[in-house]
Amino acid sequence: MMNNSLKISKYCHITSDRVLVNGKPFIENINGLGPKSFIKHIYKSIEIDYSKFFKMDEISKLGFLASEILLKNINLSTYNSEDISIVLSNSDSTITTDYNHQSTINDYKNFFPSPSIFVYTLPNIMIGEISIRNGIKGENSFFIVEKFTAEIVVDHINSLFLTGKAEIGIGGWVNFNQERYEAFLYLASKNGDVNHTAGEVNKLFNLIT
Amino acid sequence: MVFFVADNIVSSLGMSTKQNFISLLNGNTGISLVENKAIYNEPFQASMINDKKLEKYYNIISTKYPHSVSKHTRLEKMLIVSVDEALSKSNIDITSNKTGIVLSTTKGNINLLEPNQKNRFPANRISLWKLGDVIRKFFGNPNMTIVISNACISGVLAINKAAMMIQSKKFDNVVVTGADMVSRFVVSGFMSFLSLSSEPCRPFDKDRNGLSLGEAASTIILSSNPNGNSLIHRGGGSANDANHISGPSRTGEGSFIAINKALIEADISSSEIDHISSHGTATPYNDEMESIAIDRHKLNKVPINSIKGYLGHTLGAAGLVETSILLEEMRMNTLIKSAGFEKLGVSKDISIITQNQETEITTCLKMASGFGGSNASLIISKVVNDE
Repeated sequence: MMNNSLKISKYCHITSDRVLVNGKPFIENINGLGPKSFIKHIYKSIEIDYSKFFKMDEISKLGFLASEILLKNINLSTYNSEDISIVLSNSDSTITTDYNHQSTINDYKNFFPSPSIFVYTLPNIMIGEISIRNGIKGENSFFIVEKFTAEIVVDHINSLFLTGKAEIGIGGWVNFNQERYEAFLYLASKNGDVNHTAGEVNKLFNLIT
Repeated sequence: MVFFVADNIVSSLGMSTKQNFISLLNGNTGISLVENKAIYNEPFQASMINDKKLEKYYNIISTKYPHSVSKHTRLEKMLIVSVDEALSKSNIDITSNKTGIVLSTTKGNINLLEPNQKNRFPANRISLWKLGDVIRKFFGNPNMTIVISNACISGVLAINKAAMMIQSKKFDNVVVTGADMVSRFVVSGFMSFLSLSSEPCRPFDKDRNGLSLGEAASTIILSSNPNGNSLIHRGGGSANDANHISGPSRTGEGSFIAINKALIEADISSSEIDHISSHGTATPYNDEMESIAIDRHKLNKVPINSIKGYLGHTLGAAGLVETSILLEEMRMNTLIKSAGFEKLGVSKDISIITQNQETEITTCLKMASGFGGSNASLIISKVVNDE
């Protein structure tokens, strides 16, 4: 086989300051919008119409928007839906939504847990949302690490590729807590100039720090 | 090859796989009516670990390890007791840099969010990566713990991940451990979904009306060295339904694909499977969905059970708990009946085990499904004449 290793085909970042596509400015947070407002601004800027978006919690919205930006103009239909894998990671799991659910159950006199909040207290729900939107049926995995660790995601996607369980991978990091948020997603496939190694992925992630 | 070399279950029914298995053989269920207003205002059905027993085991173990400096949460104690017991049945060195740890959990120390838990532990103890770090440090392991949090398939994913880590030759041994507890957070959430059963859950039964929660820690050790064991990890896979975040696919799509991936990796046809351990939560939709996936693979005649009628749904531990029971079924060549089952209540004809039964078991399938449309499976085989 000639081309037997994965390449980084495309990547994007979302931070509180801006959205970058392949490292180049795409949307700027010129008015210093807070997390919710900037996320809504990105949704409007990329001109999509997807009503399910408004039911999501903030971290799922963040991951979803990053996936929309990453996959724009990418033709996934050349792949089998079950050969497309999604391997994500973060540090804080779903902590802001956890606090939100907890606030509905602290007091029995004011007790109102909601399934529409509770379901989002699992980090892989974001993988489900991206899968639903794009008809992706491949391997899923969500890893929790103290800080972004490229090896975790890169090793997993490469293993899936080498064992024939995936042909293409969406990898990255989507974290959201009370103080900061960021998303970094990349596409690993046979196309591209940059090798899919932990060193290269770390370099790309660090564009935002 | 990747060998299963030791396993443990810490649950309401015992502190080892063997103790749990004997309870299952005797038809005992760990699910009972829990009246604990700190968890939920109304009584609810759940399988709970006895605190005094847990403390007793933990106190004995904690004196054995010099690395332990801090106090531990209840969930950490469950994990420590489970890992220690599994280690005691293997000869692997957990302090070696060739030994990895994978942790599977959905919510970890989530009870630390409760108002009365405030300041009892450092703030970062709520983090799942920190849970992995606490366990690693307790046992003196030098490698970063790989933490997987992927809803109710976390346990099966974690085992499959461990097999990948050994196949890649980066590790000789991987200790996979997982736990979740019955907390106010989780009980209130499932109650809001109206998905908890009013009686001990009844997987695949006509009258099933929801799941029962359970708490457990479970550990499975995999190794490249058989050490006299003959059960191997043959294949695994995961897949997404791409359909709904809280309801399973009506066509069993993700489950079907996950099984297919495991069969392909194992390089066997579905006709070689001679026992299935289902996810079997006893919610109407999950069990129906699994019956469709099983039917699509023509596995209708293969004896199948769900362990959840005994131990409830143990969330991030479930894949490990149920795989440990499956391993013991294979070692003992005994099929365990599916608790709570009387009359088939799914649309496809599948073969639920209604009586414990001794029979040669050589190749088994474990299924799992969860929120987010996630599904996973793995296949275990017994190797013969491994000389």
